[in-house]
Amino acid sequence: MFESLSDRLESVFKRFKGQGRLTEENIQEGLREVRLALLEADVNFKVVKQFVDRVREKALGQDVQGSLTPGQQVVKVVHDELVELLGGKTSAFDVKGSKPLTVMMVGLQGSGKTTSAGKLALYLRREHKMKPFLVPADVYRPAAIDQLTKLGAQIDVPVYPSSTDMNPVDICRDALQVAKDKGYDLVLFDTAGRLHIDERLMEELANIKAAVSPREILFVADAMTGQDAVNVAQSFDAKLEISGVVLTKMDGDARGGAALSIKSVTGKSVKFVGMGEKLSEMEVFHPDRIASRILGM
Amino acid sequence: ASHSKIDESFWEELEEILIMADVGFEPSMKLIERLRDRVRKAGTDDPARFKEFLREELETIFKAPKRITAINPPEVVMMIGVNGVGKTTTIAKLAYRAQMQGRRVLIAAGDTFRAAAIEQLEIWAKRVGAGFYSKGAGADPAAVAFEAVDKAVSEGYDLLLLDTAGRLHTKINLMEELKKIQRVCGKKHPGSPHRSILVVDATTGQNALQQAKLFGEAVGVDEIILTKLDGTAKGGIVVAIALEHALPITFVGLGEKMEDLRPFNGKDFAQALLGT
Ligand SMILES: Nc1nc2c(ncn2[C@@H]2O[C@H](COP(=O)(O)OP(=O)(O)OP(=O)(O)O)[C@@H](O)[C@H]2O)c(=O)[nH]1
Ligand SMILES: Nc1nc2c(ncn2[C@@H]2O[C@H](COP(=O)(O)OP(=O)(O)OP(=O)(O)O)[C@@H](O)[C@H]2O)c(=O)[nH]1
Ligand SMILES: [K+]
Ligand SMILES: [Mg+2]
Ligand SMILES: [Mg+2]
Repeated sequence: MFESLSDRLESVFKRFKGQGRLTEENIQEGLREVRLALLEADVNFKVVKQFVDRVREKALGQDVQGSLTPGQQVVKVVHDELVELLGGKTSAFDVKGSKPLTVMMVGLQGSGKTTSAGKLALYLRREHKMKPFLVPADVYRPAAIDQLTKLGAQIDVPVYPSSTDMNPVDICRDALQVAKDKGYDLVLFDTAGRLHIDERLMEELANIKAAVSPREILFVADAMTGQDAVNVAQSFDAKLEISGVVLTKMDGDARGGAALSIKSVTGKSVKFVGMGEKLSEMEVFHPDRIASRILGM
Repeated sequence: ASHSKIDESFWEELEEILIMADVGFEPSMKLIERLRDRVRKAGTDDPARFKEFLREELETIFKAPKRITAINPPEVVMMIGVNGVGKTTTIAKLAYRAQMQGRRVLIAAGDTFRAAAIEQLEIWAKRVGAGFYSKGAGADPAAVAFEAVDKAVSEGYDLLLLDTAGRLHTKINLMEELKKIQRVCGKKHPGSPHRSILVVDATTGQNALQQAKLFGEAVGVDEIILTKLDGTAKGGIVVAIALEHALPITFVGLGEKMEDLRPFNGKDFAQALLGT
């Protein structure tokens, strides 16, 4: 499909065989290839600019290390820089602290919120022996409540009995009380998909947040998203102060540049990665894997 | 920004606008090359005339002929695409539109996999007032298609809209399943399905090119419907798809209600692409 960045850089740097140092001149073309690779991976245009500048700074004046070619050397700089940016101070998903742990799923339509809520319930029960409670708070999309209810049944996790005539804020408030009464220690609120520019529905999320003070607000992003990912993530973050990102649909051939873009503009890390439609198909985030993926390695 | 003439900085800004709209790097370069040509031929450097050039160029790019075949009713349409792009909702919109035109529509629940996909579609069919056919969760989607075509033929429907489960184009077994659905339709009702519509989410980036390619190789794509254009994403990837695959874009989705579907208009699209 795509030519990997390593291959591209190898051909760019062929001519520089034997030059020991990376200079402004000899890496110019290489940086052009880096820029292209990132754009093809859907990293945001502006983020690409900043990133390439950082790579240039890091690479300039470096001695080409013993066994590496200049191409490999630049790939290494790019890869390390990506891993650092993607990971940074990874705010791990903190399962300790007061119970119940409350998690709210938010994002655009069809990004994978409902499925990811089911996946998290299964994962946290398996890994941390938690007792999850699923809360369907999407009263708009046809059969959204039914969808989460069926997912809950598949994994034998109880689901709050919402109905479409209820108000999403009331649903979440009441469900939290039920969870406390019944001793569930993990509550997952599934909200309806919405556009970041839909003021009324964004306000609804703020009201849910105020009503249940969730410890985690996870922004669920589709890995196939393009340049607009940063706008959307920024708007959700500005309104809700998200705590992290779930990057879904990484089981295909999407490069996942959205991950870097969102991290760069909001500072919020990806915590989980969706790797399929089944509820068991979720992984915790590994910055180095996504970095390699973005670079087509 | 405002430019007093079409100069290098003008082209640079255009490149940025196109890439930010998800047109993609190489397709943007191609488009800019063509536009430079047009500007040169017109012998002007007046930015006021540029919109006109872009509109004309996009119209040329989008001018893939719609494949029109003589259809022996019922017409059978298969909705395909990756997960969550809006296939099911778009079926409701198309059904609503066809019913408004006086056609009798049957909707078939070919997504037997995703939780409550059938219930979602059934609610839509009721709201729209269309006929509905399902074999329940877990049924073989090809069997659903076969029997739905049978029902559409024997009960004299004009249009059958066949929903399919979302699937990533890289999953070989799921793409084989689509081929099978297509085959059995043709067995029951020769010539059908008459159209496969690939649904593309306007927020999608470069991956949509692979979607168009691999869905096309599997079952052939006849047209594209671009959903979720009511957000801030521009859907520029369809320019790349049109350049590479010469596929017509027929409708755009502008919301979550059944009325929120409009015929694709290259002029409006060009306007929105420039953010004006
Ligand atoms: N291949 C793949 N599909 C996924 C993944 N996560 C979710 N999906 C699919 O994506 C589609 C949308 O998922 P949902 O969970 O319904 O998305 P949502 O964000 O709740 O959608 P709305 O409630 O309509 O906004 C479904 O077909 C899911 O099966 C993933 O990691 N990989
Ligand atoms: N804003 C907006 N939302 C849309 C549009 N079309 C569909 N949606 C929403 O996108 C989400 C997914 O739509 P579906 O029709 O379920 O998508 P799908 O492709 O059938 O999904 P799967 O069957 O899970 O693959 C739902 O929340 C829809 O309401 C649109 O044009 N604009
Ligand atoms: K999507
Ligand atoms: Mg949902
Ligand atoms: Mg569907």
